[in-house]
Amino acid sequence: MTELLVGTKKGLFLLDGQPESGFEIKTRAFAGEPVDFATRDPRTGRAFATVTSPFYGPKIFYTDDPSGAGEWQQSDGVSLPEDEGKALERIWVITPGEAEGTLYAGGDPGVLFESRDGGATWQINGGLGEQPSRKDWQPGGGGLCLHSISTWPGDPDRLAVAISAAGMWLTEDGGRSWRRGNQGLNAGYLPEDASEEVMNARCVHHVERSPSRPERMFMQFHGGVYRSDDAGESWTAIGDGLPSDFGFPLALDPADSDSAYVIPLVADMDRVMPEGRVRVYETRDGGSTWAPRGDGLPAENAYLTVLRQAFNRTGEGESLQLYFGATSGELFGSGDAGATWSTVAERLPPVYSVVAR
Amino acid sequence: MPVVCVHGPLRKPLGDRPEHELTGDTVAELLRGLERKHPGISGWILDERGLIRRHINVFVNGERGNEDTAVRPGDRVEVLPAITGG
Repeated sequence: MTELLVGTKKGLFLLDGQPESGFEIKTRAFAGEPVDFATRDPRTGRAFATVTSPFYGPKIFYTDDPSGAGEWQQSDGVSLPEDEGKALERIWVITPGEAEGTLYAGGDPGVLFESRDGGATWQINGGLGEQPSRKDWQPGGGGLCLHSISTWPGDPDRLAVAISAAGMWLTEDGGRSWRRGNQGLNAGYLPEDASEEVMNARCVHHVERSPSRPERMFMQFHGGVYRSDDAGESWTAIGDGLPSDFGFPLALDPADSDSAYVIPLVADMDRVMPEGRVRVYETRDGGSTWAPRGDGLPAENAYLTVLRQAFNRTGEGESLQLYFGATSGELFGSGDAGATWSTVAERLPPVYSVVAR
Repeated sequence: MPVVCVHGPLRKPLGDRPEHELTGDTVAELLRGLERKHPGISGWILDERGLIRRHINVFVNGERGNEDTAVRPGDRVEVLPAITGG
């Protein structure tokens, strides 16, 4: 049985089912509230939801039983220091860490939170928060969002995070010190003669690390798809062969470090599926070639948009399951690594995030 | 003492009580006092800067107020979500 946690503009939806037999909605939580992201910590089963009430601000909630019987508790510490002079705008992602009880949360304005107690309380990561360049960080269209957090299997000190539009940041000492990891990224939206300070405005859209080969990472950039073979220090463009190198989400097959899946959109000025066809693109050779995977997906008049957190996977290899949701409220899934697809749900509110377990 | 009246989802973390007598000379002082008595409400009305959240409206005796609006004993401070959304 696969569980899908689907964050939408109007609440969190939990679906249960299987790709072959279909899914049903088991629970809706946070009715009427925007749920930006929801996930489970696989170590404990605890579920998390990040909710940005337009009235009451961004919050993290957690429960050990999201099926409906359990009550959601509000986490403590999810705010900026009072002397920051800014307010927390949104929590974009929550990722379990490698150390016991540790989780990370990324938010706007470009902040990383850490929890050491399973998500009940959170603290700001001071190393990233005190970067001297921080005052120059510029937001992307979605805000100054820290949206991708890549842990290193077995090593809690190594971490990579991505911020739109402040680029990649790497640490090897548990977050005490950070350095940039932007070498090779081509910011085509900036003038070629821009100063180094301006060129640091790297608009990373999504990053994933290969669990079986952690030094290998894949990135969907704001105009470009990239691969790193040195743990995010430098990047090589691998977008040739795609109908567009613009898009947001990205997923990997944990069993194959040469694999990546992206969902191209036309361009930054036209964020819909190319030619009105819904297709996922797969590489199995590290980005040398790409193949469309659209069997079972809408093939015409489908001008959908898929947001950066709305594509996820569970399983691996031949039984890799892939799921993505669109702002149109449709949810699609594949139980055979993208070879065939089916519609998992329709007429949901606009989908902000999908996590499969 | 002035009375702070809350509505909607704010009532639950405040013990399901709609009205709260508090001491203070301004709206901000009342709301900070409310947070001290009920830490679970921290961040819901005032943000980290001490500003009333953008889509929260505060009325003092029926007139629109802000953080600096003066309050006196017997005043009634209503905290309401704005008419907004999508």
